[in-house]
Amino acid sequence: MRYAETGFNLEIDLTRGSIERVATDPGETGLYLGGLGTNAKLLWDRVPPEVEPFSPENLLIFAAGLLCGTPAPGCNRTIVSTISPQTRLMAFSMMGGFWAPELKYAGYDKVILRGKSPGLVYLWIHNDKVEIRDASHLQGKGANETAELIQQELKEPKAQVAAIGLAGENRVYFASIEQGRSSASRGGIGAVMGDKRVKAIAVRGTGDINIAQSVEFLALCNEVLNYIKVRADNPIPGVMPILAGLGSPQEMRIHDEKWHTESFMWGNSRERRKDFWTEEVEKEWMETMENARTRLISCYNCPMKCAATISLPGLPTYMMKCFSKLTYTMAAFSNLDFGLRIAQRATEYGVDAFSTPQVMAFGLELYENGILTDTDMKGLPSDNDERFFWLLDRIVRREGIGDLLANGTYWAAQEIGKGAEAFAHNNIKKTEQMPLKLSMLNPIYFLMYCTGEKVNITQIEGQFPQMPFETREEREEFVKDWVQVPDEKFKDYFLDWELRGEKSFPYYPTVQMCCDIVDWQEKMHYIDDALGMCAGLSSFPLKPPYHIHNYPDLISAGAGIEMDEARLTKAAKRYRTLVRAINIRRGMRRKDEKPPENHWKKRFPELEKELLDTYYTFKGWNNEGIPTKESLHDLGLDYVSDDFLQRGILTDSDKEVSHEG
Amino acid sequence: MACEVICSAFHASPKYSSNNPARSRIRVIRDPIADIYVPVYAGEYSVAECAGRDKYTIDGKDYDECAFCRASCPSRDLFKEPDSGLPLKCDMCESDPPLEKPMCVQWCLNDALIYEVREEEVEEEVKLEDLEIGLEALADKYGLTKIMDIITRMSASKKG
Ligand code: SF4
Ligand code: SF4
Repeated sequence: MRYAETGFNLEIDLTRGSIERVATDPGETGLYLGGLGTNAKLLWDRVPPEVEPFSPENLLIFAAGLLCGTPAPGCNRTIVSTISPQTRLMAFSMMGGFWAPELKYAGYDKVILRGKSPGLVYLWIHNDKVEIRDASHLQGKGANETAELIQQELKEPKAQVAAIGLAGENRVYFASIEQGRSSASRGGIGAVMGDKRVKAIAVRGTGDINIAQSVEFLALCNEVLNYIKVRADNPIPGVMPILAGLGSPQEMRIHDEKWHTESFMWGNSRERRKDFWTEEVEKEWMETMENARTRLISCYNCPMKCAATISLPGLPTYMMKCFSKLTYTMAAFSNLDFGLRIAQRATEYGVDAFSTPQVMAFGLELYENGILTDTDMKGLPSDNDERFFWLLDRIVRREGIGDLLANGTYWAAQEIGKGAEAFAHNNIKKTEQMPLKLSMLNPIYFLMYCTGEKVNITQIEGQFPQMPFETREEREEFVKDWVQVPDEKFKDYFLDWELRGEKSFPYYPTVQMCCDIVDWQEKMHYIDDALGMCAGLSSFPLKPPYHIHNYPDLISAGAGIEMDEARLTKAAKRYRTLVRAINIRRGMRRKDEKPPENHWKKRFPELEKELLDTYYTFKGWNNEGIPTKESLHDLGLDYVSDDFLQRGILTDSDKEVSHEG
Repeated sequence: MACEVICSAFHASPKYSSNNPARSRIRVIRDPIADIYVPVYAGEYSVAECAGRDKYTIDGKDYDECAFCRASCPSRDLFKEPDSGLPLKCDMCESDPPLEKPMCVQWCLNDALIYEVREEEVEEEVKLEDLEIGLEALADKYGLTKIMDIITRMSASKKG
């Protein structure tokens, strides 16, 4: 018997219209866990580097994490993996909500799509019954609208639907996959879904999930719930409100947006407005939110409430989470009411709320600077807010200038030329980043920005406080019950960390400490993404209920896989390295691993070089960021080094490196 | 929903060895866009679907005709074992020793579900009402005299 996982994947060939239920190898679960881990293995095995993102040979994988569907609170992530049209590298975007557990109850761990359907279709997975159904009547429909229509047509209000909107259909490079209160947004995976001509996947399942050691597992879950209660009653002092509690940042609940609006950049990540948050603004925005927000809502089996249903007069109700509350507002120098309104349309279109606002602000900047002309922007309204609606409509339809902008700032700038590249200034690996420009280099974030292959900082950072606390007493207080640290040394790192003086940025934490810290942060995210755990209860917040000390037991008791901290660490390292291997094989090298040039004003080239050199070595990668033969061997990934040798990516001496791509 | 997960896990045998919301004795009727969330726990099994079903509008929200009904009934798949179709009924997590609070309440950290012991009297009253309604229905069907005859005979045979 298989525990926690079902042991079956659905393999769907869209070109041929064939559907297969395939048993998976339990040995692979032991090595790569599930979710992101086994997705990476599939992409390595089956998508060679020659395969273009919009090729029928590209796979689009929807995976439920290993523990999704078990009683583990907050374990509900769907991990969607493919080759991204934007980065041309492996994309893995996660969504919360209800879809992954439903897939498990239907009897599958993953849905693997290959090929391309001749016409627009949707998939209907109802336990053993799996159908590819015509979706021509859904063409052009919004993502939420589609979900509702499908539920009605199937007479299955309990079906969970993941759908794309117009942006996905038109292969916008930052198109998302939407699922009610959640979305998998980064990396343009919605475009790949649209390219495969799949409008939606609807799932309903009524089967059992088995637990290996049930009593132990439940006791662990109860501990987690109790700890969530403890944390709810004891917010962390000394940090800003959105970081004091658990869950993904509590944007829907908390009105105080001083920190975001005054520290993050407005427009095309350009302008900091240090005195923006006045009493007047606070009052106006609070009113807007209070009037629009009907209810705070949760994901499957989670006591937190990180999203909200938003109802604005004259617009259909939709669900919103996290920072999409502010990204449109700030890109347009507008107000919260505008932000909530345009987010409604953007959600139906299915676009990423980080990239989209920046792409639009970028387009307008190019116009203001004469790089895009009146001819390019024919029909552009004069009203500022209207301009954003106008651009959004053009982008998702790929009409006129929208066709260029639909490829994101990096690719659009390449094509426009005339100096447009300088305006695509906030990218890492061709992807728009948080609109943040700071003064002093932060060595921890430097490493994360450079080497994070999620290409999105919020999905790499966490656990370790972002800033030192003012006094030693405060720091001592903080470390007292810091049980989550993998090693006591992290407490010392934090205790000695000062805001000013010798033990402060950029030389403290030391290079070696930074390596340890970043490795810990990254490891926890990778574990979450294999298990299907919400980062909001694990890798993202300070002092989360899930950590390296209780995860091994949860995995053992839940999935029946023998696990301890060392094994878990090694498994996470294994598939983390495999993600890198996929990207290395697609041409990613050291030259691609850098933060936006203007992210920090005060840069330290020598220190930065030392940081990256040391981190690469620490991770078992060579000077180009390529995993070495030895480290691959240690992880049981000899098949990767064989491939690298064959392709000349590694040579026998392991020193020379070819520069392809 | 946490309550559905834990209810089904609690009633698995062995306890907690599997879970499946479709087997849960509590269900949340959920339609987030319409802002509808109704937790309903399974009541008696009903052989026939009832007539007189109605749609409800409360606070401007439209609820489906069966939204508040606790019955396991032929008109829907709610509160039935998914494979056998056998009816499910909430047993307040009967166990030995008894739980302080039923599982679904324990797992609901948002206090949407609360557990309180109601005054005995009230419960009896409810039962009496039930009995009365039942008897009335029988009397309508068979006539009061006949029912009384049967009751006399039954009590005589019990004594004897
Ligand atoms: S913590 Fe928030 S985002 Fe995470 S699973 Fe719970 S409700 Fe969803
Ligand atoms: S009281 Fe127990 S049996 Fe009844 S619905 Fe709640 S968990 Fe299920």
